[in-house]
Amino acid sequence: MAEKLRATPLLDELEKGPWPSFVTEMKKSAAKNPMANDQLGILEHSYRDKIGHWKHGGLVGVMGYGGGVIGRYSDLPEEYPECAEFHTIRVNQPAGWFYTSDVLRKLCDVWEKHGSGLTNMHGSTGDIILLGAKTEALEPVFSDLTEMGFDLGGSGSDVRTPSCCCGESRCEWACYDTMKFTHELTQHFQDELHRPAFPYKFKFKMAGCPNDCVASVARSDMSIIGTWRDNIQIDQKEVAAYVKNGLDIDADVTSRCPTGCIKWDGKALQIDNTNCVKCMHCINTMPKGLAPGKDRGATILLGAKAPIIGGALLASVLVPFYDMEDAEDIYELAEEIWDVWGEHGMNRERVGEFIQRIGLGNFLEQIGLEPEPEMVMHPRTNPYIFFELDEEG
Amino acid sequence: MATTTEVAEAMYAMVKEYHGKKNLKALDLRKAMIEKFGDDNCDKKICKGAIRELIDSGKCTYSYVGGSYIVLPPEA
Repeated sequence: MAEKLRATPLLDELEKGPWPSFVTEMKKSAAKNPMANDQLGILEHSYRDKIGHWKHGGLVGVMGYGGGVIGRYSDLPEEYPECAEFHTIRVNQPAGWFYTSDVLRKLCDVWEKHGSGLTNMHGSTGDIILLGAKTEALEPVFSDLTEMGFDLGGSGSDVRTPSCCCGESRCEWACYDTMKFTHELTQHFQDELHRPAFPYKFKFKMAGCPNDCVASVARSDMSIIGTWRDNIQIDQKEVAAYVKNGLDIDADVTSRCPTGCIKWDGKALQIDNTNCVKCMHCINTMPKGLAPGKDRGATILLGAKAPIIGGALLASVLVPFYDMEDAEDIYELAEEIWDVWGEHGMNRERVGEFIQRIGLGNFLEQIGLEPEPEMVMHPRTNPYIFFELDEEG
Repeated sequence: MATTTEVAEAMYAMVKEYHGKKNLKALDLRKAMIEKFGDDNCDKKICKGAIRELIDSGKCTYSYVGGSYIVLPPEA
């Protein structure tokens, strides 16, 4: 039990108004946990000083792993002794973020027993983030988590915890089983996830369809986005029903098609599928009338990143269509990329930046892929997919 | 072919030699070992195993200083 809540006049401002407030939630933890109370104090201090009071990195971790724990130390240890060490633990989330309430309760029990009780569900990598552990608590937390069946996620220069949308478990647009693929990928690359060996981080994100609910095209080095290569399925009766029920199909659907490939003549909807860029707008607007095609797989894109060292990059197409039947091919592709990037990449250079530096042609030659015109930079604005099966089928 | 333990020992010697002078990444160690033992006697898989042996035994640990490095543990 914390002795007395830290005074937080600036943070209190963030509790005003009708919205949920992280300050209110932190105060609830601070009332029970001295670490959370000191964390509240140091946050107020940062707001007052307009600078952060954390430094990160160092030698903290659990035995055998190079990732999963981010060391954080305060530069005001005398003033806030309970959070002098306030390490972050990344826990590998279940694919699709499915939990039972029982598991969540147990997870919180473990965290209240060993740490600050503060969590971030979920971090931008997708992990369960446990905020605020002392060094001495790391091994006991790890032990309790593994007993529950959880493992740590990635951090540092390794494969970051792969994450995916809920895919076929709940979404009718999913073009492949993202959860199964993500689980298997995670198991396959355990060594790369726990033992950092790259020039910098490498993220996988799996989206079941081009809606890309996990923002993989912007947030992952390798995005595997579900797609189809035949025609959008149309149920003309259902489309007509939308119109009858008041949908302004010209204003809300056809005029919003980025390539103008969809037309409504008052009776039937026609789509020029060769010019479709899979933006999903028409399908999202008329879910009963339209659906992705039946010949489904994924597009593999490479090179996105958020701005940290350099500016943000969106991913470019590397493999226009893959049927997702044999994950081994994707594992091999990833390993080829890591070999070339590992050999020639600079420290803290993401794979997208590396490709920009050496040129796509050189990169493709090094990883053994033939250049193809479909390897476009902006798939949303370029109807690059002109799939033709080869003669053998 | 070199054994994982032989490569691990050579890696450990290198980490000790560079301690306090330069932080080494897993890839630096791999490149150095392939050069030392030769392409025919050492490969990526053996180096991976050797690093795992070094870390699991506690002889080395990972450190994060803007990137992930393999270093001697603090008490060494």
